[in-house]
Amino acid sequence: MSAVEPRTARVDFGYTTRTLRGGFFSFRLPVRVVAVSAALALVAAALGIVALTLGDYPLSVAEVVRTIGGGGERFHRLVVLEWRMPVVLAALVFGAVLGIGGAIFQSLTRNPLGSPDVIGFDAGSYTAVVVTILVLGTRDYWSLAGAAIVGGILTAVVVYVLAYRRGVQGFRLIIVGIGVSAMLGSVNSYLITRADLQDAMAVGFWGAGSITRVTWTSMVPVLVGFAVIVAASAALAPSLRRLELGDDAAVTQGTRVGLVRLALIVVGVATTALVTAAAGPLGFIALVAPQLARRLTRSPGVSLLAAAAMGATLLVSAHLISLVVASAYRPVPVGLITVCVGGLYLIWLLVREARRQATTS
Amino acid sequence: MTTTTDTGAPTQGHRLAAENVTIGYDKRTISRDLTVGIPDGSFTAIIGPNACGKSTLLRSLARIITPSTGRVLLDGKDVSRYRSKEVARRLGLLPQTSLAPDGIRVADLVARGRAPYQSLIQQWRPEDEAAVAAAMAATRTDVLSGRYVDELSGGQRQRVWVAMLLAQETSTLLLDEPTTFLDIAHQYQLLDLLRTLHGQGKTIVAVLHDLNQAARYADHLVVMKGGHVVTTGAPAEVLTAALVEEVFDLPCVVAPDPVVGSPTVYPLPTGDAAG
Repeated sequence: MSAVEPRTARVDFGYTTRTLRGGFFSFRLPVRVVAVSAALALVAAALGIVALTLGDYPLSVAEVVRTIGGGGERFHRLVVLEWRMPVVLAALVFGAVLGIGGAIFQSLTRNPLGSPDVIGFDAGSYTAVVVTILVLGTRDYWSLAGAAIVGGILTAVVVYVLAYRRGVQGFRLIIVGIGVSAMLGSVNSYLITRADLQDAMAVGFWGAGSITRVTWTSMVPVLVGFAVIVAASAALAPSLRRLELGDDAAVTQGTRVGLVRLALIVVGVATTALVTAAAGPLGFIALVAPQLARRLTRSPGVSLLAAAAMGATLLVSAHLISLVVASAYRPVPVGLITVCVGGLYLIWLLVREARRQATTS
Repeated sequence: MTTTTDTGAPTQGHRLAAENVTIGYDKRTISRDLTVGIPDGSFTAIIGPNACGKSTLLRSLARIITPSTGRVLLDGKDVSRYRSKEVARRLGLLPQTSLAPDGIRVADLVARGRAPYQSLIQQWRPEDEAAVAAAMAATRTDVLSGRYVDELSGGQRQRVWVAMLLAQETSTLLLDEPTTFLDIAHQYQLLDLLRTLHGQGKTIVAVLHDLNQAARYADHLVVMKGGHVVTTGAPAEVLTAALVEEVFDLPCVVAPDPVVGSPTVYPLPTGDAAG
C-alpha cells in the first residue's frame, strides 16, 4: 500500500471494509465476510483434528498433533496419516466443494432452494450408478465414479434443455429439476426391485453416501478437481455477482451473460459430480451451507468463500457425529447424517418461504 | 394505417443509431427495417402506445437484443463488434425492472456500476471510489449510503439505480420507463435529476409513458407506433393534436403548458365519459 495515493472521497458502505491497494492490484475487503470465513476454517480444522483422534484405536489430541507435526510412533503415523487423514481431508474438501456448488446454483436461480441436490443432479448420478451396478454388473470404484459423473452431467443437460425457454430462468430450473429428480427416483426403485440381494445392498450402501472408503489414491484426482473448481469459481465470481442484478443489467455492464452462465453451470455441476463420484450423494450440504454463511456474514447475495468454509465445517461436523455414533452404537454413513440434519433445515426453509408468500400476497 | 414518415435523417453524425434493424423476440418480429438516430447530447424521449416497440428499440440500442438484420452503430462501429466491457463504458441502461440482491446496501449496489472497469485484481482503484462517491452525491443518495436497499421507498430506490448507472461513467444513459412505478412527486424529482444530468453533458434516452412529461423534459421525441417510427423531432414541432390522434387514437387539443410553455395534451371528452 502506497502512502502517496491521492485522497479520494470516502464511500461509507455501512459496514467495515478494508481497502488493499498496490502497484497493479486493488481490493475492497468486507471485514466481516473475511473474518467469518477465517473463523469457520479454523473451526473446521479443529473439528478435523478431533475427528482424527476417534476410531477403533482412540488417540489423544496431543498424540494426533504430534503425529501431524512429523513425530509420534510409527503405528500412530499409520493410523493418523494413512487411514484417517484422507477421510478427514475428504470431509473438508467435499464440504467446501458442495458449499461452492450450492452457492453458484442458488445465486443463478436466485432461490435458496436452487441447489444441485434439490434440482436433480444427485438423483441423476445415483441412477447412473444403479444402472452400472445392476445392468453392467460392475462395482469397481472408478467405474462407479465415472458413472456418477456422467449421470450427473446428463441429468443437468436434460434439466437445462427442458427448462430452456429463451434462456434459463431460476424458478423453472428448480421445478423441472424436482420433477426429473422424482422420475429418476422411481426408476431407481424399479431397478432395485429387480436386483438380487447383494447388488441391492451395494447400491444401498453407495446411495447412503460415505467418505470412509476414501484413500490417498482416490484423493489425488479429487484434490486436482478441487483446485480446478476453486480457480474457476474465483475467476467467475465477479460475473456471478453481476448476474444477480438481472440479465439486462448484466449485459449492459459488459457481461457475456450466456457464456458466463453456461460456465457457471458447468462448474456447479462439476462440484456435485466430483463429490458424488468419490463418496456417493451427500445431500443438503450444498443447500444449507450458502444460506447459513449468508446469515453469518450478512453479505449481500451468496459469498462463495464463506459458503465453502461453511460447507467444510458442516461436513466435518457430520463426519465427527458419525464417528461418535459409530463408537457408541454402530457405523452410520455420513450422508445419512447430512440428510437428517439438512431435512430439518429444508422443512424450516419451506415453512418460512410459505409464510413469506402468504404475507406478501 | 400509419404513415411511416421516417424522417430520412441519416444515421451519420449520431454517436448512437439503429440502421435498418429488424428486431423482435424469438420468431416474433416487433420492428422491421427501423432506422433511428439519437442526436448527440440530446434528451430523447421515445413515446408511443403500449407494445409499439419502444422498449424493444431501447433494448436493441443497449445491445441486449441483437437485430436479425441491420445494425446498431455506436461511434461509427457496429455495436456487436465491440468488446462487451468497451460498450459498457460508453452506454449504460436502467432496465424496466431491476433486481437487487437480497440484503444489499446502497453503496454496495452503486459500486456494482463499476463492473466495466474492474478486473480480477483491480477491484477498487481510487477512481472507482471517486466515481461511486460522485454518483451518490449527484443523485443525493449519499445520505442513504449504508441503508439496505429493500428498506427504501420506491423513489429513493430508483435514485439508487440511477446512481449505479452514473457510477458506470457512460456518456449515454438509456432508461426504460424510469418513472412507471413512482408517485407523481417522485416522477418529477427523477425527471429533474435526468435534466440536471443532461445539462452536465450526458445524452439521455428514456422510454416515457406520459406525453406531457416527455414534451416538458425532452428536447427530442421519437414517436413510435406498431413497430415503426412515425416521426422524430423537437416536441414543439412534433407533438400536435393530429399526431396524438393518429398514434394514440385519442382526440385532443394540444396547447402550451401554462407554466413552462411545452406542448401539453388535453384529451377531448368522448361519449363514453359523458355517460
